Amino acid sequence: MSLAQNKTLTFVLNDPPYENARTTTALRLVGAALRKGYDVNVFAYEGAVALPFAKQAPHANAVHGNDAAAEDHPNTKDWVAALLAEAGRLGRKLDWINCGLCVDERGVAEAIAGTRRGSPADLWQFVGKSDNTLVIPTK
Amino acid sequence: MSKYLLIESRDPFESQDSRAFYELAAALAGDANQVTLFLVQNGVLGARAGEHARWYAELGKAGVEVLADDFSLRERGIQASRLAPGVKASGLDVVIDHLGDGRKTLWH
Amino acid sequence: MSRKVLAIVESAYRATLEEQDDPVLWLTHALKGAGADIDVLLRGAAVSYGARGQDASGLAFGTRAQTQPPQLERDLASLAGKGAKVYLLKEDAATRGLRPDEVAPGLELIGRDAIPALFRQFDHIWHW
Repeated sequence: MSLAQNKTLTFVLNDPPYENARTTTALRLVGAALRKGYDVNVFAYEGAVALPFAKQAPHANAVHGNDAAAEDHPNTKDWVAALLAEAGRLGRKLDWINCGLCVDERGVAEAIAGTRRGSPADLWQFVGKSDNTLVIPTK
Repeated sequence: MSKYLLIESRDPFESQDSRAFYELAAALAGDANQVTLFLVQNGVLGARAGEHARWYAELGKAGVEVLADDFSLRERGIQASRLAPGVKASGLDVVIDHLGDGRKTLWH
Repeated sequence: MSRKVLAIVESAYRATLEEQDDPVLWLTHALKGAGADIDVLLRGAAVSYGARGQDASGLAFGTRAQTQPPQLERDLASLAGKGAKVYLLKEDAATRGLRPDEVAPGLELIGRDAIPALFRQFDHIWHW
């Protein structure tokens, strides 16, 4: 597997957690990019700012007959945290910015460590410093 | 010549918009560009061989490479042996490779 | 290095009442303000954003009335006024019965056959 050298990709995410398969695919792409040696920027817009919301909590699943521990249901914040840790382990950068106005209107300011608040100006900076970009839109 | 990666995530039976996206892929290939259509999520639901298999044969004739995310296929119980002619299963990593290669990449 | 972006807007009226604008057109405006070289192509359902006479006023829940409804025609005119080209895919407009004389001024009607050449002008094509 050839590794990207000093290359950066930017992804723009829009979907809130638990609403669409795009969230999982987007996070799969971030992970794949890190493993291939890219630095990754994520600009979370609209509902995607809730992906790293620190107050998400796992739950039991009576339909499956599982308590919370047995269900082991990952919150999206756990997946984001795992990707941030993977980036660190691989010596790569994952810069996750949540669009601030989207955060405010959704009341999700408490985001996990390793993410930060920003604005569209940050997205434009990302674009200027990236080798390529991908917008994953919501519908 | 430019290179394009078009990612179709939507069920092609759900609306005309997906097929308009396929037509865009064909039009870009017709303009002498290198074009890959990558089916992912419910976008792979058209990849099981059936009456609509001609969509992908036509794309192939137009010069578009058609790939389908192997995880999405497996998630939906679509075996490799049941793929429409002209559709190849692929890992998601190919999207990263194409982005790194500078392909203009559109997600639908 | 300056990059040129084409924002293709297909999804329409998705959260425009809650947001009081279209989130993608708003972002495009904000990016233009941040120095982006960005143009817009309206296609699919979003060709309707080019229609004259859209009126989203009057929404109220109990005594809480919406005082700033979305004004997409204004927002597109503002983008065009800032130097962004706003294209509208004429086949999608025709399919939806939107006649050229019903399209707001300042938008450029473009045919499907011109899309490959249009795409050549841009470094990034963002499909929303």
